[in-house]
Amino acid sequence: MKDGVVLDLTELPPNGLGPASLSWWGTLAFMLIEGTGFALSIVVYLYLMSLAPRWPLSSAPPDLLAGTTLTAFLVVSLVPNIFLARWARDKNLLKVRIGLIVMSLLGIVPLILRAFEFPAMHIMWDQNAYGSIVWVMLGLHTTHILTDLVETLVLTCLMFSRHGDNPRRFGDVSDNAMYWNFVVATWLPMYACLYWVPRL
Amino acid sequence: MTRRAVGELYDTAFNAAVLDRRLASIWSTPPGLWGALSTVDHKIIGRRYITTAFVFLALGGLLSLLMRLQLAQPEARFIGPDRYNQIFTMHGTNMMFLFAVPVMQAMAIYLVPLMVGTRNIAFPRLNAFSYWIYLAGGLLLWVAFVLDTGPDIGWFAYVPLSGPQYAAGKRADIWAQMITFTEVSALAVAVEIVVTVFKQRAPGMSLDRIPLFVWSMLVTSFLVILAMPAIMVASTALILDRLVGTHFFNPAEGGDVLLWQHLFWFFGHPEVYIVFLPAVGMVSTIVATFTRRPVFGYLGMVMALIATAVLSFGLWVHHMFVAGLPRLGESFFTASSMAIAVPAGVQIFCWLATMWAGRPIFKTPFLFVIGFVVIFVIGGLTGVMVASVPFDTQVHDTYFVVAHFHYVLVGGAVFPLLGAIYYWFPKLTGRMMSEPLGRWVFGLIFAGFNLTFFPMHILGLRGMPRRIYTYQPEMPWSGLNIFISLSAIILAIGFLLFFIDAIRSAKSGPVASGNPWGATTLEWATSSPPPPYNFARLPVVGSLKPLTDHPGALPVASGLRVDRRELLVSSVVQALPEAREPSSEDSIWPLWAALATTATLIWSIFTPWAVVWGSIPIAVALIGWFWPKGVPEDES
Repeated sequence: MKDGVVLDLTELPPNGLGPASLSWWGTLAFMLIEGTGFALSIVVYLYLMSLAPRWPLSSAPPDLLAGTTLTAFLVVSLVPNIFLARWARDKNLLKVRIGLIVMSLLGIVPLILRAFEFPAMHIMWDQNAYGSIVWVMLGLHTTHILTDLVETLVLTCLMFSRHGDNPRRFGDVSDNAMYWNFVVATWLPMYACLYWVPRL
Repeated sequence: MTRRAVGELYDTAFNAAVLDRRLASIWSTPPGLWGALSTVDHKIIGRRYITTAFVFLALGGLLSLLMRLQLAQPEARFIGPDRYNQIFTMHGTNMMFLFAVPVMQAMAIYLVPLMVGTRNIAFPRLNAFSYWIYLAGGLLLWVAFVLDTGPDIGWFAYVPLSGPQYAAGKRADIWAQMITFTEVSALAVAVEIVVTVFKQRAPGMSLDRIPLFVWSMLVTSFLVILAMPAIMVASTALILDRLVGTHFFNPAEGGDVLLWQHLFWFFGHPEVYIVFLPAVGMVSTIVATFTRRPVFGYLGMVMALIATAVLSFGLWVHHMFVAGLPRLGESFFTASSMAIAVPAGVQIFCWLATMWAGRPIFKTPFLFVIGFVVIFVIGGLTGVMVASVPFDTQVHDTYFVVAHFHYVLVGGAVFPLLGAIYYWFPKLTGRMMSEPLGRWVFGLIFAGFNLTFFPMHILGLRGMPRRIYTYQPEMPWSGLNIFISLSAIILAIGFLLFFIDAIRSAKSGPVASGNPWGATTLEWATSSPPPPYNFARLPVVGSLKPLTDHPGALPVASGLRVDRRELLVSSVVQALPEAREPSSEDSIWPLWAALATTATLIWSIFTPWAVVWGSIPIAVALIGWFWPKGVPEDES
């Protein structure tokens, strides 16, 4: 079959950003997978609750301090995160470097707070089904904070390396910032479920 | 305006022969073991996937022959009850998780990038990783079986049978962890396909010009993305119950055994459509080609695909009608189970209308489509029967259900798949399979299948339960059982002939012409098998039948670089060009990442600390995978 050229692509940008990039859509698809996982964990929680004579089973509702502090902290962390995303879009290397250092530190703090959240539940995972789902929900979300932290740390190193000043890498930073928004957004219903549903 | 840097080379500067040479040097997988282990070419990985899945099909088929040997006569002593439990569990698990889902995704890995007119799948390294993880999961299951540690809890592993109390040892853990392997790989492929279809379509291929097979794989991928997390949650909870003493499924401590069934079937029912919808796409493709006209009701077909996918999430409870659920809930699920017959019916009628209005050419792929229609309609009718609670209560756990789901799954998926293999074999290998042998294969499989599985309806109505390793001579089942076992030999010979034909044709079949069936979709716009870069210049699409718009000529786009792997990113709805995007070069890191993941997952059957320590090599491998290597593909 003979080819006839009808379109010239030379003048297109050499890579896409945001919705014009593949990794943006890939991140979105993975968020859909993980979001489904989070939603199912809440469903399991509510299902077990619907079967239980009392809820929580044989323990007091969790203490609010650690979890509420962490929630407030996560919401506040969105502010520098949004700035970081904006700087990445503007390809401002200096500001992106600073923003990544800030977000790395802001990724460590919730892990410390999380360490206080587990004991605040007043239950171990192997005591009863309530303990099991509470630990799994906290654990699932902690894994997400941890993986995003590792990703942010690697990106920080990357942006300080010779590979940093590159539109594709700025795209990575902006996708990573989007993922942190997701980690925060998914926590809010989990927080409501873990801390306030037992108090209804 | 984009500034062209010094030294960048564009395809506009070259004639066809030089361009082919340039592109080949950039896109080819190097020869040798290292090249094979680090390739990210979707065609090589797709072929690997397909071959591996068919090996698992053959192994699963051997298991079914063993079962038929055992059941051929009452009180047989050929296989003991423990081995029999492992064999039927392995058969179901293997066929669903290692054959049916992967083989459909594998066909998409190979075909979707070609059909949408791009040069590689999105996230090619993830694609390589997914294959290694799939292979590792399959090996884990089969090695365990050979070592007499194969799971023996049924393919849906109901608790409490699979829980810590009744399933000592590691057999249930092998099953649960095999789930992790296959679901990780399936989810990865689903993401690749969604992004490939959304963002890598050839310029001009707007949503209403996407081939129906690609539509079906897009919808299937969304089903995978939304359904598979449920089985991951379930199998993780099962492993935790067994390993660290959680109580998800322990009623004594506030857990619930039905929770397992809900989670499993919330995945398990869409799973049926994850297998069936790709087959629908294959049927539409074959019907269009062999009736010489487009499929009747394109919009209706697409809507039916989407409707089926949405409804498939509202049916799961019909697998649990005898579990003692509230009556109102059961009535709802009866209604929804019957409702899904409507979009299935729409599709069947569209195909029949296409055949009616077209000029059918009865070649082997088309024969399999006719076999599909006949068998799937019978399976669909028994499906409407078992959607009724009183009838289901009567036949639950009998051979009637075994007959029903083999009619649906083999009729609905394997027949279209075999047709698709005959159809796309020239694309994959450049050679034709044998037409006379293909007719024998179809005849033997069609006759063998019906003779084997139709009598199972009657066996079920006569009360023969599933999953029994033997039965007493007083039961009225012996005659039909020996008949079924003998019929299974016919079916097996059909498959044997298919494998012989495929292997022989791949080596020495007649060389295929460029477009041997006269098809109209883009995969036939390039040579067979396609070059590593798929298309020297990306096709520009103006209709649903891009190959017939300009007979003898193909409108194409130029302006991609030839000094790095580059493809086109286009907009979601209209497929307007948005950017030139680099595509990953080969890498060994996906293999390292898969090995680290495999070690961690298998180790975690024995201790939870494996997750902690195993995450370190996984993280190292992932960093190695993503860290820029200073190659042109990293540039912008």
